[in-house]
Amino acid sequence: MKEVVINTNRLTKKFGSFTAVSNISFDVYAGEIFGFLGANGAGKTTAMRMLCGLSIPSSGTASVAGFDVYKETEKIKRNIGYMSQKFSLYEDLTVLENIRFFAGIYGLRNTAIKQKTDQLVQQLGMQKELNTLVGALPPGWKQKLAFSVAILHDPKIVFLDEPTGGVDPVTRRQFWDLIYAASAASITIFVTTHYMDEAEYCDRISMMVDGEVKALDSPSQLKKQYKAASMDDVFFELARGAKRSAD
Amino acid sequence: MKQFITFIRKEFYHVFRDQKTLLLLFGLPIAQIVLFGFALSNEIKNANLVVCDYARDDASQCIIQKLSVNQNMQIEKVLLSHTQIEAAFKTGKVKIAIVFPAGFNASLQHFHTATLQVIADASDPNTATTLTNYISNIVKEYQQEITRLTPMPLQVTTQVRMLYNPELKGATNFVPGVMALVLLLVCVLMTSASIVREKEKGTMELLLVSPFNPFLVIVSKAVPYFALSLVNLTVILLLSVFLLDMPFHGSLLLFYAESSLFIITALSLGLLISNSTSSLQSAMLISLMGMLVPAMLFTGFMFPIENMPMPLQWISQLIPSKWYYTIAKAIMIKGLGIAAIWKETLVLLGMTTGLLLVSLKKFNIRLQ
Repeated sequence: MKEVVINTNRLTKKFGSFTAVSNISFDVYAGEIFGFLGANGAGKTTAMRMLCGLSIPSSGTASVAGFDVYKETEKIKRNIGYMSQKFSLYEDLTVLENIRFFAGIYGLRNTAIKQKTDQLVQQLGMQKELNTLVGALPPGWKQKLAFSVAILHDPKIVFLDEPTGGVDPVTRRQFWDLIYAASAASITIFVTTHYMDEAEYCDRISMMVDGEVKALDSPSQLKKQYKAASMDDVFFELARGAKRSAD
Repeated sequence: MKQFITFIRKEFYHVFRDQKTLLLLFGLPIAQIVLFGFALSNEIKNANLVVCDYARDDASQCIIQKLSVNQNMQIEKVLLSHTQIEAAFKTGKVKIAIVFPAGFNASLQHFHTATLQVIADASDPNTATTLTNYISNIVKEYQQEITRLTPMPLQVTTQVRMLYNPELKGATNFVPGVMALVLLLVCVLMTSASIVREKEKGTMELLLVSPFNPFLVIVSKAVPYFALSLVNLTVILLLSVFLLDMPFHGSLLLFYAESSLFIITALSLGLLISNSTSSLQSAMLISLMGMLVPAMLFTGFMFPIENMPMPLQWISQLIPSKWYYTIAKAIMIKGLGIAAIWKETLVLLGMTTGLLLVSLKKFNIRLQ
């Protein structure tokens, strides 16, 4: 029996009369790479914000890392990492200062910070850039650094909101190597993406259309089910019925 | 606590890395003090004066002597005829003229009264009034000197004493005003900008999903600007005391306590602005147009509030800098204690509490 780290049951978020997320129910298992797909405006980000404890659901239940999204957001925050679609480290701080800051606000001890820093720098090959301002790094490096910083405190789950937007294919591939490494270290990956080739890298994916989860399975099963040659076709098949226009 | 310190250290990195802004922060108060101190003064120095002396006697010479050593004006020319006065004014250089009629001293000696004429270029009414006052004072001074020599019965003399600022220095008026302005600018503008910048760059999300308390995020943002403001305040104070000979009569401790209160008021305003907007541009615009301009107009150091129509006077009550200005003047110039300014202090305290409550509430709503 696989361990469930995220569980949602009829989770709903309404903004006034607009239902951004409608009755979504799914499980995410420990250590898997869970792809969260959907067109712009389908409700991916809203759903993710609820799971991260940034937004209170209107109805339904959900738990993340075993904690309730209504009452235990503080505990959830301690157990998750987060990286948003906008590149989000401080550009006017050096690599080392960024690492120390984010490790610091997660309450890591100084010895742990030092050890983690060494490990991270080794992995990324950034020994020479330790005292470089992050703003001066090439975009691909920033992205990789941001991901490494997001998992610095050994979270159970890491949420990635379109992490590879605007990055070239080679860097994207390298980025996914990092994701695989984190997954191998038994961190659950919850990732939203636009790129259908990336969807193929996931263990299981869910497709969101108009605030609802329309399909959820492994990429190969989905292709079989929709008799499609690629994930692109699956996506097209599902998104065709969408009423909300992309923004 | 360690997390809090980590956060504050990061904020200081931001401040010190942005050297242009830093330069502006420290250059601005210095520039303002120098500007107001030397260039934009409402005292008049070395105004050109022409003299037309038909009398040429002891009394007229004595008064001309006094005028020539006065720092507020200098004698440009001695005219032979009053018909030349108009021409002198038309050159635009001469601001005021004085005419002694023939037999000035004789009239004074025999009839105990004499008249001299002062003609001023009133196209600038403020300068004209100020200059005629200077001359009246000099004439009065002369009158008192001769009265002492030949006592006259039943004479009323007005003794004017300019309390707290006997030399009528402009600095006493504008230094507290500049302080209020600079503190407002630094605190409101910089705090709101620094918070909104995190929202724009997407780092705010990252902070909010961390276990770090969101309220502490806001508090730690305010800490560096609080420290910077105190440094700024000290720089202004030192400059004005040592460069502009500004008096400081009151308690330094009380002054810093009241200033800290005002800084917190301004910081809460900055928080309110940053919680109500999500773009850097609108935060800047609101801070500048919504705060700075009213502060300039309604603090009272540029335009006297007493002369404004009632509705504008009511509006001025809402401007925090107006209250701080009153407090700072009372402490610095009059040397008064808390007993004299407790009302103003209470108003500032009330404003701060109100602003903090509203901005925290807004912050909470945003988190939903």
